Amino acid sequence: MGHPFLNDGVNFGDVIMVIVMVVISFTLCLVATMLMVWFERKVVSRLQNRIGPNVAGPFGLLQTLADGIKLFFKEDLVPTRSDPFVFKLAPYLSLIPAFLTFTVVPIAGSFDNDPIAEGSVNGSSTIFGREFLWQGADLPVGILFFLAMSSLGIYGIMLAGWSSGSKYPLLGSVRATAQAISYEAALGLSLAAVILVSGTLSTSGIVNGQAGDLARLNIVATGFIPFIVFLIAGTAELNRPPFDLVEAEQELVGGFHTEYSSIRFALFFLAEFMNTVTMGAIIVTLFFGGPAPLFDLPLIDFPSAWYIGFILFFAKLLVFLFIFVWFRATLPRLRYDQLMDLGWKVLIPISLGWLIVLGAIRVAQDGNVGIFDNSPTADTVAVLLIAFVIGGLGYALLRKAVENARTDRLAEAGLTMVANPDSDELSVGSATAHDAHGGH
Amino acid sequence: MVDLISFIISAAIVLGGALGVVLFANPVHNALSLIASFFGVAVLFIIQEAHFLALVQIVVYGGAIVVLFLFVIMLLGVDRIEAVEEEALVGQRGTALLAGVLLFGVLLGGLFFSGPDADVAPEAGRTAITGRQAQVVPLTDEQNVTQLGRDLFTRNILAFEATGLLLTIATVGAVVLVRNRGAEDLVVDEPGSAAA
Repeated sequence: MGHPFLNDGVNFGDVIMVIVMVVISFTLCLVATMLMVWFERKVVSRLQNRIGPNVAGPFGLLQTLADGIKLFFKEDLVPTRSDPFVFKLAPYLSLIPAFLTFTVVPIAGSFDNDPIAEGSVNGSSTIFGREFLWQGADLPVGILFFLAMSSLGIYGIMLAGWSSGSKYPLLGSVRATAQAISYEAALGLSLAAVILVSGTLSTSGIVNGQAGDLARLNIVATGFIPFIVFLIAGTAELNRPPFDLVEAEQELVGGFHTEYSSIRFALFFLAEFMNTVTMGAIIVTLFFGGPAPLFDLPLIDFPSAWYIGFILFFAKLLVFLFIFVWFRATLPRLRYDQLMDLGWKVLIPISLGWLIVLGAIRVAQDGNVGIFDNSPTADTVAVLLIAFVIGGLGYALLRKAVENARTDRLAEAGLTMVANPDSDELSVGSATAHDAHGGH
Repeated sequence: MVDLISFIISAAIVLGGALGVVLFANPVHNALSLIASFFGVAVLFIIQEAHFLALVQIVVYGGAIVVLFLFVIMLLGVDRIEAVEEEALVGQRGTALLAGVLLFGVLLGGLFFSGPDADVAPEAGRTAITGRQAQVVPLTDEQNVTQLGRDLFTRNILAFEATGLLLTIATVGAVVLVRNRGAEDLVVDEPGSAAA
């Protein structure tokens, strides 16, 4: 077991294979990013009743290339008060995890979820007599690799803001860090639900487990909630609107990249869009079966060629990229306290509770609960009912605790709470608030 | 051979990072060196085929914990070169030196006096320090995580629960410490108060 490099010496063919895969992944990433920038600008323009880039190349396709070349020839500034080494390092810390994540995503191949049958492919193809998977690397713990890289990606933003040596970037990077810490937990917990259902940490294994049937897709099998949590937490992790407080132009000039120019700025820009593409690809892999078909159409016999997988994967990916752009064009930016409330008081409790419910359901289906004799189905229903009662109680408790904490804090400050019938939130009586301010 | 080369490179990264943590004057550079060190350890885990541990090492230590370190360093604004001439506590340096030498001695002793007992087969992995038999089971890729999880939630369930409890106590303690301030320190930041 293990990598051939580490065990039985280096095989020349393996080396060539790995190099080819890496080059293909890298090129694909760059092209995808370039097209993503164009796609985002074009779609946002249409949604805002504009035309968008239309001069460089057909449909403005080469606009990104033109911008990239322009940035390359701009003056490269390093602020006097900056920490030069970290300042130069930060863009790469942002870019490299963005590229590396894509290597664990299966982008093509045909999956049939049938390990026993003769001629079963399960994502692997054979070219030049070598069996391989359509992904940069099939790690046994592939999906953890995604988590690791997304938690490392934050360093780029964080250190860029700090090393710039001025106020706005520092504020941006402190915001970015707090946001990443808050949403990483929700992201990980909804990921755990997928792992629980799939029973494997390998990305190709997760895709293969979803092949062939609509009910096997993880979005259905995990019961939709992990998908919704993952989509929201993923958008926050990307620092994309409506969670783009990190670079809120109205407040922070440009956030962490205020002091960056020329090619270093271009690297941040590249990393940001690369991360968007990767997050879309990860969502497709985790919840929509990646390159596997959504369902078996008995009338059309899917040819089990690898490129069918690629077309399916790309079509699914495009839907999510559109959704990310759509979010940006539609939703206003969250306020900072709303961002924290959503992360800590909504997403984390929901995803944690749902993970426990999923675990309980699995135990019940195995017939290990024994409320009703010999009926795992009845047991499952009973477990679900109990889970919802406990969940409801937990939610009521949490809400009460949040409200009490708020009342207490206001009482300490000499304010009183006035319930506002029009909104869900409680507002503060203005007269008393005025007095309290005077007392300070 | 490849194992050895990988080991030498990653060990160099681990030691270099560790030296950086101690020797750099700027706290942010210290934290960055710590990440390098954690990465080296992760590579060492991968050489041992402990893929899960390697990635958890990066997610938990390299990702979450050092991010928190940096967050505190930036938020408190202690990210400048500190004066290290004065001792914060009396006798701190002497005690630290003594503790360091003792720890190093224990590690060296462990290295020299442990190892397979002469009486039993080497694979049994009985060590001289605890005298108990170490569990040495060959891991396959598929069983790696399963075995770890089973061991954690059956044999070591008490330790696991105790750790969870400890973390809960720490969290509650932190909240109590922060919330126990007087009303005069309180900044009014509740929603709605800004309009007042």
